[in-house]
Amino acid sequence: MRIPIEKFITPDRKDSIKRTWYKFSSNPLSIIGLISVLIVTLSAIFAPVLAPYPESWGRWVDFSQACQPPSWKHPFGTDIYGRDILSRIMFGFRYDLLMAICILAMVVPTGTFLGLIAGYYRGTWIDTVIMRITDIFLAIPSIVLALAICALLKPSLFNSMMAVSLLWWPWYSRLAYSIASSLRNEYFVLAAELIGAHPLYIIFSEILPNCLAPIFTKMTLDVGWVILIGATLSFVGLGAQEPTPALGTMVSVGAKYMPDYWWMTIFPALAIAFTILGFNLLGDGIRDALAIEEI
Amino acid sequence: MSENLLEVKDLYVNYKIYEGILKVLNGVNLTVKKKEKVGLIGESGCGKTTTMKAIMRILPDNALIPNGNIFYKGRDILKMSDDEIQKIRRENISMIFQDPTAALNPVLTVGAQLMDVIKYSTDEELTKREIRELAIKALKDVALPDPERILKNYPIMLSGGMRQRICIAMALISAKELLIADEPGTNLDVTIQDQILRLIGRLVEERGISVILISHALGAVKGLVDKVYVMYAGDIVEMAPTEKLFSDPIHPYTQALFKTVPKLTGGGIPEAIKGRIPDYINPPKGCRFAPRCIHAMPICMKEKPPLKNIEDEREVACFLYE
Amino acid sequence: MVSYVAKRLFYSIFVLIGLSILIFTLTRIIPGDPARLALGPLAPEWAVERLREKLHLNDPLPVQYIIWLKNAIQGDLGESLVSKRPVVKDFLTYFPATLELVIFSTIIATILAILIGAVAGRYANSWFDNLARIFTYIGISVPGFVWAILLLFLFGYIWKVLPTMGQLSPGLPRPPVRTGMMSIDALLVGRWDVFIDHLKHMILPALCLSIGRIAQESRILRAGIIENLKKDYIAAAISYGIPERRIMLSYLLKPSMIPMVAVMGMDIAGSMGGSYIIETIFNWPGFGRYSLWAMLNKDLNATIASVMLMGMFFAIFNIIVDVIVAYLDPRIRVMERAT
Repeated sequence: MRIPIEKFITPDRKDSIKRTWYKFSSNPLSIIGLISVLIVTLSAIFAPVLAPYPESWGRWVDFSQACQPPSWKHPFGTDIYGRDILSRIMFGFRYDLLMAICILAMVVPTGTFLGLIAGYYRGTWIDTVIMRITDIFLAIPSIVLALAICALLKPSLFNSMMAVSLLWWPWYSRLAYSIASSLRNEYFVLAAELIGAHPLYIIFSEILPNCLAPIFTKMTLDVGWVILIGATLSFVGLGAQEPTPALGTMVSVGAKYMPDYWWMTIFPALAIAFTILGFNLLGDGIRDALAIEEI
Repeated sequence: MSENLLEVKDLYVNYKIYEGILKVLNGVNLTVKKKEKVGLIGESGCGKTTTMKAIMRILPDNALIPNGNIFYKGRDILKMSDDEIQKIRRENISMIFQDPTAALNPVLTVGAQLMDVIKYSTDEELTKREIRELAIKALKDVALPDPERILKNYPIMLSGGMRQRICIAMALISAKELLIADEPGTNLDVTIQDQILRLIGRLVEERGISVILISHALGAVKGLVDKVYVMYAGDIVEMAPTEKLFSDPIHPYTQALFKTVPKLTGGGIPEAIKGRIPDYINPPKGCRFAPRCIHAMPICMKEKPPLKNIEDEREVACFLYE
Repeated sequence: MVSYVAKRLFYSIFVLIGLSILIFTLTRIIPGDPARLALGPLAPEWAVERLREKLHLNDPLPVQYIIWLKNAIQGDLGESLVSKRPVVKDFLTYFPATLELVIFSTIIATILAILIGAVAGRYANSWFDNLARIFTYIGISVPGFVWAILLLFLFGYIWKVLPTMGQLSPGLPRPPVRTGMMSIDALLVGRWDVFIDHLKHMILPALCLSIGRIAQESRILRAGIIENLKKDYIAAAISYGIPERRIMLSYLLKPSMIPMVAVMGMDIAGSMGGSYIIETIFNWPGFGRYSLWAMLNKDLNATIASVMLMGMFFAIFNIIVDVIVAYLDPRIRVMERAT
């Protein structure tokens, strides 16, 4: 019997996706993560349609409905201005997701590119400069640096995003660096060099494809972490400001009315936990399914 | 040489893995008598180590034993209580693992590990000093120089040959009746491997214990053991006294196996056996060697040949000798 | 080993200098006048100008930095713009309380992480393991301040068994300050009632700082145990007849704990970072609460000093942890000697 030679060279792409999905879906926790992420994302996107009281997102006041405990009408209760907490949480997902997406959109390309360059020029001064700078950013818990930077700037959603971006890129540099420097002396890189390929071509076409899976996985996990750090910043008043319904802000504003109107803070707090948990479960599921160990 | 010390009867072992069930051992039969030295040869991956781990009852958690018995002095090891098997491990049977580097705990000193083995190898309460002296003696017995220093060392500080000797010393403490040696010295260079094998031979001779020596260094087995079992893909295919097996192998697999041994005379690349060990998830229905066998007959594909006594002290599992 | 630690210390100094340049530059390039920010919009112009002079804000940035560095090396981190006291003095006052809290939470975290991780790893896929896995995910995902809010709600209003605010119940005398850590101070004067009351106050904030760590560290330990259970040396130890208890405690736990210990330096520093928020919520008068308050009030000198102190502890904890790891793992020691 003749076996087609292609079978030995490239594994069937469709088959590998199927296999990955099988591994992913055989872990119930991954599925829970996927469903949570879908719930959060969909309610963020369709918040104006799905929210029972879409007008609650902003400067809406209805004192006749103020401080209502959870009921069928307001499942999570209302705040001191009579705004529906459930609706505000749904809009809150928007801000938290938007923040995560914007930050990652800035941080991932920058960090990855710097890491790849440093890895490609391993052992030269370029490597030293880039990686020593990343060491500086990683020499202190990120929350402290984020607090310090945000406190210096005028508190706003945009400024907190800038602050988190400034200190988040080094993680991607480190990840890309570890992969790039380990591939540096592989034959396919050396061969490309030998035929005179441009360093940028080698970095983007030969090395980058090998980093994509771990970087993608790290991004999924990081959505959770970025939301966590963003929520913490807005909790201390350094992120989005009232009346913007960011989840951390809602927790901190609600905490003032704590024992009596507990629902104003407990439900947004649980929403934060739910979101981060969802992204962590999803990210872990993807990591296990793709068998990535670097992260 | 009369009493059977160890008797493995019709032993099956399966492993459950992600892809399915690996049917590795396919009814293994093997007997070790008192003070007998037995060799077990075969390609890697044919189930030699699995058989030995089943005897020690240290198979991994995903291993299943659907059928079979392992009688030790007439009592089934597989049915023993934890305390009973523990006593046997402590006092009667012990095993030298294939890779001495993996078999020594990397974060404990040689002394700590060796002295633990000594401490738990007997019901007597030994003092620290006695244990230490026994440990030094055990290291001297395997011809290790400067045992005092070695006790303080971590495995990584020692050479491969020294680690192997330490493993032998540890195994011998609790092997008062049967020693299982799983490819000792395979990862070492040939001269040291030869020394190791001779050391084991000398020690079991001195102490009068039985030994099962697993190896794929066929020549090494030759001078050391009384009889040899040949294993292929989870089956014992042939058993014969050493001299007879080497001068006149009769199972097609054994014949092929001997052809793979490089010879000093004649030169050339040894003739490899065509094909490879079968897939254990869907093993061949009949004789597991049939797909690679040059003498295969139609019946070989349908039925499993039983291990049959064909002459005195000689067994073979092949339809050619029906 | 000594040369290794020296090398690490030397390198850390470079990283810390880098960190100081970073944070110093950030405080100086923010939009707006730092002196004006510090004094507020109502302060008269002459006062702002005097502060500018005092902070050397009129000099070029590198000069400012050199002046700061020179003073910092002599132990002078400037004056807090809000408390009007030297920052170093403020730190000395507030730091012991934080240290006490972090040590207490580290003890809780380490004990629980080892217990949960070891049992979950040894009995992988049992009901306990599944329960532990769910806890792990929740523990890692839920931010410290959310735990704080939930625990405050639970213990402050529903089930009032633990105090939620401050360090001591009203009515109990503060022990005289000797170490600054109230539990030790209370013991030094023999006041067990104060000691116990203080410990009770510490439980909730310490728990908030340790839940995430318990989750992460127990997960790492579990993975290590599952990995090492497959190793030949465990099978070998069983085949020599060594009892299971002994194998679990010394043959399995020791190598499995190495990766867990390796992240502990980061985690302890992380707890100190977490103390900024947690101390503020629980009104714990420590370095974290002080720093956050200084940052929110644009106290530049205290902000820089706080970041630098965190960086220093981060470096020190990591070096200590590396030494412990090398002690636990002879392979690292041998390789260290070879290089």
